[in-house]
Amino acid sequence: MGSAHGPISVGSAGTQSRGEVWTRPVLVDGDQSLGAVTRRVCDVVEAPKPPRAWYIAITISASLTLMLFGMVVYLIATGVGVWGNTNPVFWGWDIVNFVFWVGIAHAGTLISAILFLLRQKWRTSVNRAAEAMTLFAVCCAGMYPAIHVGRIWVAYWLFPLPNQMQMWPNFRSPLLWDVFAVSTYATVSLLFWYMGLVPDLATLRDRAVTPLRRRLYGFFALGWRGSARHWQRFERAYLILAALATPLVLSVHSVVSFDFAVSQVPGWHTTIFPPYFVAGAIFSGFAMVVTIMVPARELFGLRDLVTMKHLENMNKVILATGSMVGLAYATEFFIAWYGGNAFERFTFLNRALGPYAWAYWIMIFCNVVAPQFFWSKSIRTNPWLMVGVCILVNVGMWFERFVIVVTSLSRDYLPSAWGYFKPTPIDICTFIGTLGLFFTLFLLFCRYLPMVAIAEVKTVLPDAHAHDEHGHAGGAAHGRSPEVQHV
Amino acid sequence: MKPGPSNNVFPRWLNRLRIVLGAGAAFGGVYVVTLFAYGASPKTLNVGFAPEQPVAFSHALHAGELALDCRYCHTTVELGARAAVPPTETCMNCHARIRTQSEALAPIVASWTTGEPVHWKRVHDLPDYVYFDHSAHVTRGVGCVTCHGRIDTMDRVRQEQPLSMGWCLDCHRDPTPNLRPPQFATSMEWQPDKPARELGAELARARNIRPSTDCSTCHR
Repeated sequence: MGSAHGPISVGSAGTQSRGEVWTRPVLVDGDQSLGAVTRRVCDVVEAPKPPRAWYIAITISASLTLMLFGMVVYLIATGVGVWGNTNPVFWGWDIVNFVFWVGIAHAGTLISAILFLLRQKWRTSVNRAAEAMTLFAVCCAGMYPAIHVGRIWVAYWLFPLPNQMQMWPNFRSPLLWDVFAVSTYATVSLLFWYMGLVPDLATLRDRAVTPLRRRLYGFFALGWRGSARHWQRFERAYLILAALATPLVLSVHSVVSFDFAVSQVPGWHTTIFPPYFVAGAIFSGFAMVVTIMVPARELFGLRDLVTMKHLENMNKVILATGSMVGLAYATEFFIAWYGGNAFERFTFLNRALGPYAWAYWIMIFCNVVAPQFFWSKSIRTNPWLMVGVCILVNVGMWFERFVIVVTSLSRDYLPSAWGYFKPTPIDICTFIGTLGLFFTLFLLFCRYLPMVAIAEVKTVLPDAHAHDEHGHAGGAAHGRSPEVQHV
Repeated sequence: MKPGPSNNVFPRWLNRLRIVLGAGAAFGGVYVVTLFAYGASPKTLNVGFAPEQPVAFSHALHAGELALDCRYCHTTVELGARAAVPPTETCMNCHARIRTQSEALAPIVASWTTGEPVHWKRVHDLPDYVYFDHSAHVTRGVGCVTCHGRIDTMDRVRQEQPLSMGWCLDCHRDPTPNLRPPQFATSMEWQPDKPARELGAELARARNIRPSTDCSTCHR
């Protein structure tokens, strides 16, 4: 943010003739004035009534959330037996859904932290919504480990709290690492998201017309006045948080993959899991961002801020990570053969040809084939088609976790202990309920908080770079690149 | 954004409230931790539990003054998981002839005549999900007094030790201070003739005493 206001010389100066003037890319469309951005974003929050579609959507999603609460109460009151988890598949949809939601939670931090450190300015229009989506996905994910332990009232045993039993978590267990990885991730994501919100909340406070809104937004704006000192501290803190969050993008899903890789179940015990899981997580996270941003920008009239260029960039990330995931599938198969372990080889053949072949081929089609359509510019810039592909990717990534968790457990070393996992209606309704919770939270976010980072978008507007008007010669004086200075 | 009246959405006195709230949160945190660490501890909740029994039976008299061995009444303690509470008949072995007219003995006599057992109140009560075996401990040299205290000085039996899981584990992790030659298991006054830990280590070595701390040792 704001820290790189000078004209930037393009790194690949070799491809550009020296006399050519580098023009700052236009990252938002429409009215480019600072006030227009504030108005466009705040109007969504300040409109007396949201669009009718918002009411319809939140009615559906809130009903599903209620169903989720019902399912969870039923589970706690009755026991984990209401799910389909049973011998030999003791990790069923609960773990599948946990990994699915944690994976989705990865796009937010990638966009907010890594793209920020890499000075990818286009992130400013989408980072707020992506970070919010991250938090809501973590809520859905974090619920599963808590409720799947059975006796939820002793779930605090997951944490190292001194107690009269002298019982202590096993620090050699990746399941414990997972508790810390996910809770750290949730905390840092929340802080990052909230800190970015503070200047925008102050904007909403100052524009508020009712005392209630002024008080509420004022409370959360933490007394922000927009002084130069505030901004200086804000930007420094934001940078530090971005640096802290960056390793988390890689660590969280690596640790989630350890839940499997550290065990000795064939099909789980592989060293490729951490990078393969991280790539898959970013893949699914970006797919979810596109899936919800396309309707959100249409619904709330933010097409000028979240432009086709933004969506196209995200689709390119989906294409890249989707290809990585495809490569990981191929590598797994190759190593299963090349490693020469009979159980490993059987597991992979069983995945592709066994009783769960239907799930495996859904996964291959959705994760490997579907994103390849994004090589075509007309597909990756068409809202309908990109949402279609992204929904397929989400379905595929759910099936990836299903294939990993269930096929390996259902047929491991001992053929006499093989089985076939069937979910119960409670499993299915709980999962649908988490979708409801996710969308409910997102819809509330869209209506009550600035969906686009107002202050950050302003830094990429022409008004924020007034000195660009000096032209190239003027800019060269501040330029950091020797090529530019020698002109 | 200009600093103006619209920025001051809250009155000035809230600044002081902030300090009060911060101090309250800090104090509240300390209070809750202390409450749980001490208030909810078995040491606080369970130690000293001494319910009134239906019979005014005095261990101080029988086990102390008269020096009856624990096993005279609690017969199963070396053989089984439970240390049996004696039936009325055990009392009547002596009291058929001794102090038959005593007021304190009246409930025992009543029980003897009607055949209705005495409803003793349980003092040392582990949760149902804990498997504890008296014989395993007594026959390997953990004295009665180690867990039950000086029963021979108690008129009415009270719980001396917390009997918490952490308390069990302390000894399972290092039993040496609590081991004695098994023939002295029921003695209330036995003292080691050298440092207890040293003697305990010798006994543990000689008898291969290596208590397990697996979950399934006690939770079966």
